[in-house]
Amino acid sequence: MATAESDKTGLSSKGKYKVIGTRPIRPDGVDKVTGRARYGADIRLSGMLHGAILRSPYAHARIKSIDTSKAEQLEGVYAVITHKDFPDASDKIAELGEGSVNLKHLSSNVLADDKVLYKGHAVAAVAAETTHLAYEALDLIEVEYEPLTPVLDVRKAMQDDAPILHENQRMEDMSPDATTSDKPTNIYKKFFFEQGDPDAAFEKAHIVVEREFTTATVHQGYIEPHAATAVWSAEGKVTLYTCTQGTFTVRQQVAELLGLPLSYVKVIPTEIGGGFGGKIRVYIDPVAVALARKSGRPVKVVMDRASVFEATGPTPGSWIRMKLGVDAQGKIVAGDTEIAFESGAYPVSPIGAGCMCVFSCYDIPDGRIIGYDVCVNKPHSAAYRAPGSTQVAFATESVVDEICEKLGMDPIEFRLKNASVEGTRRVDGVAYPRIGLVETIEAIRDSEHYQTPLAGPNRGRGVASGYWMNAGLKSSVTATVNGDGKVSLVEGSTDIGGSRASIAMQFAETLGIPMEDVVPAVVDTDSVGYTDVTGGSRVTYATGWAAYEAALDVQRQLCDRAAEFWEVDSSEVTYDKEDAAVKGPDGKSFGFVELAEKVTQASEPVVGRGVSNHNEPGGAFGTHAVDVEVDPETGKVKILRYTAAQDVGTAIHPSYVEGQVQGGVVQGIGWALNEEYFYDEAGVMRNASYLDYRVPTCYDLPMIDPILVEVPNPGHPYGVRGVGEVPIAPPPAAIANAIYQAVGVRMRHLPMSPPHVLHEILKKEG
Amino acid sequence: MKDFEYEAPVSLATAIEQIAAGNGSVKVLAGGTDLIDHIRTGRLTPSLVVDVKKIPELNVLEINSDGLRLGASVSCASVYGNEDICRDYSALSDSCHIIGGIQIQNRASVGGNLCNSGPAADSIPSLIALDATCVIAGPQGTREIAAEDFCTAPGKNVLESGELLVELVMPARPAKSGSHYLRFIPRNEMDIAVVGVGASVMLDETGETIQSARIGIGAAAPTPLFAKEASELLTGLPANEESFAKAAAAAQEIVTPIDDMRGTVEFRTHVTGVLTKRALHVAVERARKS
Repeated sequence: MATAESDKTGLSSKGKYKVIGTRPIRPDGVDKVTGRARYGADIRLSGMLHGAILRSPYAHARIKSIDTSKAEQLEGVYAVITHKDFPDASDKIAELGEGSVNLKHLSSNVLADDKVLYKGHAVAAVAAETTHLAYEALDLIEVEYEPLTPVLDVRKAMQDDAPILHENQRMEDMSPDATTSDKPTNIYKKFFFEQGDPDAAFEKAHIVVEREFTTATVHQGYIEPHAATAVWSAEGKVTLYTCTQGTFTVRQQVAELLGLPLSYVKVIPTEIGGGFGGKIRVYIDPVAVALARKSGRPVKVVMDRASVFEATGPTPGSWIRMKLGVDAQGKIVAGDTEIAFESGAYPVSPIGAGCMCVFSCYDIPDGRIIGYDVCVNKPHSAAYRAPGSTQVAFATESVVDEICEKLGMDPIEFRLKNASVEGTRRVDGVAYPRIGLVETIEAIRDSEHYQTPLAGPNRGRGVASGYWMNAGLKSSVTATVNGDGKVSLVEGSTDIGGSRASIAMQFAETLGIPMEDVVPAVVDTDSVGYTDVTGGSRVTYATGWAAYEAALDVQRQLCDRAAEFWEVDSSEVTYDKEDAAVKGPDGKSFGFVELAEKVTQASEPVVGRGVSNHNEPGGAFGTHAVDVEVDPETGKVKILRYTAAQDVGTAIHPSYVEGQVQGGVVQGIGWALNEEYFYDEAGVMRNASYLDYRVPTCYDLPMIDPILVEVPNPGHPYGVRGVGEVPIAPPPAAIANAIYQAVGVRMRHLPMSPPHVLHEILKKEG
Repeated sequence: MKDFEYEAPVSLATAIEQIAAGNGSVKVLAGGTDLIDHIRTGRLTPSLVVDVKKIPELNVLEINSDGLRLGASVSCASVYGNEDICRDYSALSDSCHIIGGIQIQNRASVGGNLCNSGPAADSIPSLIALDATCVIAGPQGTREIAAEDFCTAPGKNVLESGELLVELVMPARPAKSGSHYLRFIPRNEMDIAVVGVGASVMLDETGETIQSARIGIGAAAPTPLFAKEASELLTGLPANEESFAKAAAAAQEIVTPIDDMRGTVEFRTHVTGVLTKRALHVAVERARKS
């Protein structure tokens, strides 16, 4: 990996730390590669029943009646539930860390109330002795539907005569000329941000380019389907085993939906086979809990793949109008964009984040951003890795590329001239702290990849940048110093991308002990303090900070204990992390291991605690370069070479940072080339399997080369920035720009699948 | 999934009896790579599954001067594991190499691929190009039908209730003959044909003139097609790109594709021509080397 590049900036963490920047084996690695790690569907409890969910065959229909009596009479069936088994939910909004949810909508999404709003919408659920019996019982449930016309496209859904999903929905208009209307609408909210006078600025522009873009609905594509197992105690408390990005978030949602006290719900996390934002909102967890309560037995519910596609939370399809103006020297003078996101069956979508990201990479003195959150008859959209950023980067970075061509300016030179820097104020009002966008552009410019000319027919190179703001939020950690000199580190962040390692490394660094002497454990909601979701690229930043605080607490307690042993005042004792030792007056010293043993034998236990709730996560920028080859006869795009430069703040564990960058790029390539929800006119997804929902395989990808640029985040003790999300944003735009260089067609729709690319080629050839 | 009965007869006669008695609610299992998935997902709900892998007649793999006899349950891996098939019937081994991954190829059979009768089945255009005859046994005896006439609609074929595909017979391949199958998929692996074309050619002694050709096309109509006119117009033409282009244009005339999640009418029609040219090009190269 090309980490050497980052050293040239003089900003590398190399040499500054003992543990940070090294590449130890991750604590969860052996269990995962040997198949011993326990995932959601691996839970088996004695007396356990199996749940199954009846789903709507219609994309839009009114439920006239549900008759469950025949299913209830089938031998081996212990419980059948519908929406009626949930208490009435209020319109309260629950914050889930990366996004929020209206509890009434959440309740209707988990089991449909009076209407089904997408094909696959859950309608009823059964718990039975076996899975096959449960599915047989589903066939005995009689649901009478009144089918309604579905609306599947964001622009059609915005029209006045569109079928309406929610009769009581009125648009919330944030624009200055807002008028109130009592007309039902699919538009939940209109966002509006303006800076300066964009209309006047466009008048003076030398070149103006305005284009429209569309992107299809795509799924996170995590390998592990959702799985939840619930068991009740005799005293009315429930334990839930689930694969989730946030145990506390699941606890909150389940408690709210079922009307239970928060503390009566204990959520035990299993390992998680991917989430990417899709395992935050609950789907089957409340169903398992309700079935277990009604049957009096433990109940496991596991989704099949088709349900994961049809009935969890993909990321929105979108329509975007993008207009940029530049002066004769290539300086951007104005920007104006309208972004409409399909939020799916219920509001809200990540449109707010899309508005924040759309002009994030450039200094645009005069600009306007309008965003629409629009309901359509598709599953309720959810977060997906830098939610909203990829769609808008596709539009912005494609128009930037056209402007570069009209100016005759190299895309790197254009970006360096216009890049956001510390102090740049975005159109949505945020002014940046120290950021590293320029450094990522320079890293690409100086890379061996960009310096090597691309030869051969039908080949092209594209460049694009992207941004994600990252999140801070709340985390808790406790650390028990054991008699053998090792530390048990207890945390609440479920580990998706190597966070056991990155948290333990920051803890070890703070005490100057080897990472291998820290034993991390991801525990349930009764066993650690409140911790927000593993999302928003926040865990290494925020839970890492809590671990840093816990280590400082351990330092203080060890100093106090040593002072007692030496019978001196604790102000005379200091912790020396270089030597991992406690030092006192007259050359007195205890090594960490020695003191740990002594404390265990003769003093109060040393238990450190650390919490964090900081919100200066340091935005992350990336700039990517890609070489493609297009088959002009079939429109198939081959990725020849890919380099991704990213400001990662401080790379705590460089291998896992590189893995995050590579993983994000690969998902971006899938989104760019082939992934899409393909609907028929009735609103049925025709490709709800991995055969026809085409994520890239290893045969479709070159090695993705990451360049880690380290511009430390001033808002973190070790300079950490979130790294996981931003790498998904630039690939579609970079690939579109490369396709143009290769075969001369501008692709303005995602995915750029062979039929679409060939269509443009044939159109160009006449 | 609903419960079903399972039988694994060791003689052809017993199998036919059991299949006939099943009265339509019976499914034949060879490799099972399509069938098991369809049962699991509830698309098929047979009351009886008859496993035909233990019947000797369905395991025949013979290649001699009369041609190739391929039992209906012989696995794809056995096909491409046979050097003679790879040399003389290369379109068929090309197909067997790209049906699923290696684990699938160890189970899946060419006969099963044909009987599943998917429009995009990778082996059928090759069977058509190699002029295969399907040997069918049933309560009324044995009958034969050309590969291009076997499928009747997506997932449907000529097998009557109680009938079973026993083997596929292909004529011998003379000198200066070659064949090739290729498909278009959006990815490079683990995918299903958006268009597939199998072509076989026989050249004169000089290797410059086409004596005869056969072109089979998949995924571009409700059933795999024999491109008769495109094949026949090549007779007597020089084996060059200009001739291939003529055949490609004729092949494009007969396809009736649909718009779906794998491709569009425009795409499939265009790519039928592209793949026809490419398949002929490789088939001719192979013929010249043979």
